[in-house]
Amino acid sequence: MSEKDMNDKVNEMLQRSETNVKKAEKTFIHPEDEEREVVAPDGSIIKINPIYDYFSNEKPTEEKPCSGVIEKFLNWARAESIWVLGFGTGCGSIEIPPLVTPRFDMFRFGVQMRPTPRQSNAFIISGYLSVKTLKRVIRTYEQMPSPKYILALGSCTINGGMYYDSYSTINRLDKYIPVDVYIAGCMPRPEALLAGFMKLKELIKEGKGEKANEYARNFDEYKANQKKIIKDWNMPDYNW
Amino acid sequence: MINKFLGFEPDKEKLPSLTAKIGDDIDLSSHKYQKIWLGPNHPGVTGNMSVELWVQGNTVVKAKTHVGYLHRGFEKLIERRLFVQGFPTSIRMCVAEPDTNEYLIATCTEQLSGYDKAVPEMAKWLRMLSLEMARLQGLLRGVPGQGGTFALGLGVQWGVYLRDLILDRFEELTGARVYHMYIIPGGVRGLLPDGFKERMEDNLRDIDDFIIRIRRLMFHNSVFKKRAKGLAIVTPEMVDKYGIVGTTARGCGVKRDVRKDDPYLHYEQLDFDPPTDTDGDVYARTWVRWQELIQTVDLIRQIMAKMPDKGDIKTPMPNVLHWKIPKGETYVRLESGRGEYGMYYVTDGSDKPRRVNLRGPSYTHAIALLEDLLVGADVADVHGIMVSLQTCPPEIER
Amino acid sequence: MKELINKLSKDFNITDAVYQRPSLTFVTVPKGVAISLVTDLRDYEGYSHFVMMSCVDWIEEGKFQLLYLLHNPETKTDIGVKTFIDRENAEMASAHHLWKQVWTYQRELKEAFGIDFPGSPRVDEDFVVEGWVEMPHMRRDFDTKEYSENTYFPRPGRETNDPATYMRKKLYPNEPITAKKQDNDK
Repeated sequence: MSEKDMNDKVNEMLQRSETNVKKAEKTFIHPEDEEREVVAPDGSIIKINPIYDYFSNEKPTEEKPCSGVIEKFLNWARAESIWVLGFGTGCGSIEIPPLVTPRFDMFRFGVQMRPTPRQSNAFIISGYLSVKTLKRVIRTYEQMPSPKYILALGSCTINGGMYYDSYSTINRLDKYIPVDVYIAGCMPRPEALLAGFMKLKELIKEGKGEKANEYARNFDEYKANQKKIIKDWNMPDYNW
Repeated sequence: MINKFLGFEPDKEKLPSLTAKIGDDIDLSSHKYQKIWLGPNHPGVTGNMSVELWVQGNTVVKAKTHVGYLHRGFEKLIERRLFVQGFPTSIRMCVAEPDTNEYLIATCTEQLSGYDKAVPEMAKWLRMLSLEMARLQGLLRGVPGQGGTFALGLGVQWGVYLRDLILDRFEELTGARVYHMYIIPGGVRGLLPDGFKERMEDNLRDIDDFIIRIRRLMFHNSVFKKRAKGLAIVTPEMVDKYGIVGTTARGCGVKRDVRKDDPYLHYEQLDFDPPTDTDGDVYARTWVRWQELIQTVDLIRQIMAKMPDKGDIKTPMPNVLHWKIPKGETYVRLESGRGEYGMYYVTDGSDKPRRVNLRGPSYTHAIALLEDLLVGADVADVHGIMVSLQTCPPEIER
Repeated sequence: MKELINKLSKDFNITDAVYQRPSLTFVTVPKGVAISLVTDLRDYEGYSHFVMMSCVDWIEEGKFQLLYLLHNPETKTDIGVKTFIDRENAEMASAHHLWKQVWTYQRELKEAFGIDFPGSPRVDEDFVVEGWVEMPHMRRDFDTKEYSENTYFPRPGRETNDPATYMRKKLYPNEPITAKKQDNDK
């Protein structure tokens, strides 16, 4: 199949999916997120809309890399301290414990697990993603400070793997969030994961770990794709 | 009297009452309760699931389990695959002990197509070996993991390393680390490699050593004892009411073990007695699991001693591309590390199954039981209770 | 097992009994009798362990088959109580008062098959899928492949590696190519 044919096919699929997606009829806003009136401490009554008032709804902005030696130094520092968010999104997360224990010890490469997105700059998507988890993944990804990197684990994130025909799991991760490194396999061995980290380090040191900026640049496109499959979108558009 | 630190008299009405109100009518706007989400993005939660907690101070007054983050629609996918194609799909249903799924789906198809009597002896012993190895690697994560929930991380480091050694043996035997696809309809895929038993014995000796050390580390530890004793008590009356199985039921004195009750493969030829305890709290459940660790090591030794050296490992099966199974239905169960694990399998005479339904122990443990056990517990103990019920979300939502 | 079924059929309208294994029997009863038979088995025959509840979609006959599987810890036997309900406006009496975990199964069946269980707690809440607007996903007429292709973005190139063709080549190289083409997955 030539490249042109492939592009035509993708476009055809995109068009088809646009026409076939049904609009959600009911609203999915949680009761605690509904617009309501509350009594402020001073006694006055104020109107709040939690989704827009509790979160910043501003779009992400692109950050230009520094120039020359400074950027090189920063990239070196970033590459040597990859802090991974401890969020096991799929079955690949069973290979994370061997990585943090003595046998495959990933601390020696400066990689460590962190409990919160605010402290981490790498996110391992460990395998298949159901739409329900994708919603949480997007929210978590947007909360991570930039620059941030995504390692997608397993064949299910590349093309759906053995769940290619499942109604619940997505097929291509890179349509929804930008992916830095794909690690193939079902499931990938811990050695493969370590190789993936090495690859990520190389990319960062070469200055190619700019996917967070790519997300900001193509924000509308990514958001449109996300909203197409998450039919109960009940959160702010960008919740950092 | 005016409080001299605050400078004003606090309104007692607005403070939480000391007796927590349990039930559905929790009014969050009264400011006496707070709602917090535990998971899915939380390092302490067992896998990708979440618990919605209504708390008053540190005490949980209401809990709701939310699952579905790992939903892949397995049961739907298997319905549209050939019997043999559904096989690699089905084993991914539970990642903690995938071999149990292999055995279940293989036995279901064999029983419905009439091949269950034709499975060779050697294959049955190898199936038992792989099932017990799966149980062992599950327990090596589970027993120290219980300590890990109470901030005792050292045991986890030992346990995961030793589990890796068992995965190495799996790799020798089957070619894969986690998803083995070793037990197939009609038999198994391979014989033991040369020197497997010696290397296994080496690992088992390491594990024996570990069992002694983990006992001193966890069960003699005052912090662990203090936190786990009397926490989340399951009484024998609750066992039938909630459908509790496995080590959770044995922890409160109800001896339920499919290996003894409904012996499959050659378990009646092995000498073992499922361990029990009477207290039914987190400590008792962990203690039962620790004893089961000893027993599993012993069972693997027994299996390796009793199994024949060679023999047929697979009975000839029909062409899998045109394999049709007559109309029928069956339920097959086995004892996994977490308890009774079963599969309901329906065929309709075509080359694809009509319905496959998995019954995992977590389905009842993590929803109906967990929600009731969490009421009155401390927020810090929630992970401990979840792990002690051996929650495994992928088998709930499939 | 046979004695028990004979004894039960005096009181309940058992239309069919299948002895699958010495320890496993499936009985079929009309819709109205199912819950009372399950209650009777639990209270008087010792089938106190509720194993599972399941549903099979027999779309050709326009029926859903509900199954209540019970286990007797004393005699170590299982009995599956089957009942058929209409596919249109499927509704079944709730059994959540018998065991604590039954409402979870009923909640799942409501979501996956669209069977209503009036009175069952939290039966209308989402169970595994969130914000689902299509027909219930476990029904036979819901085509998951078509839905997946239309909704998600399939990566082109997948069709080059067809497992069925590969298996035919690898496992049965001598099979004539004129063999009936399998209508299965790519």
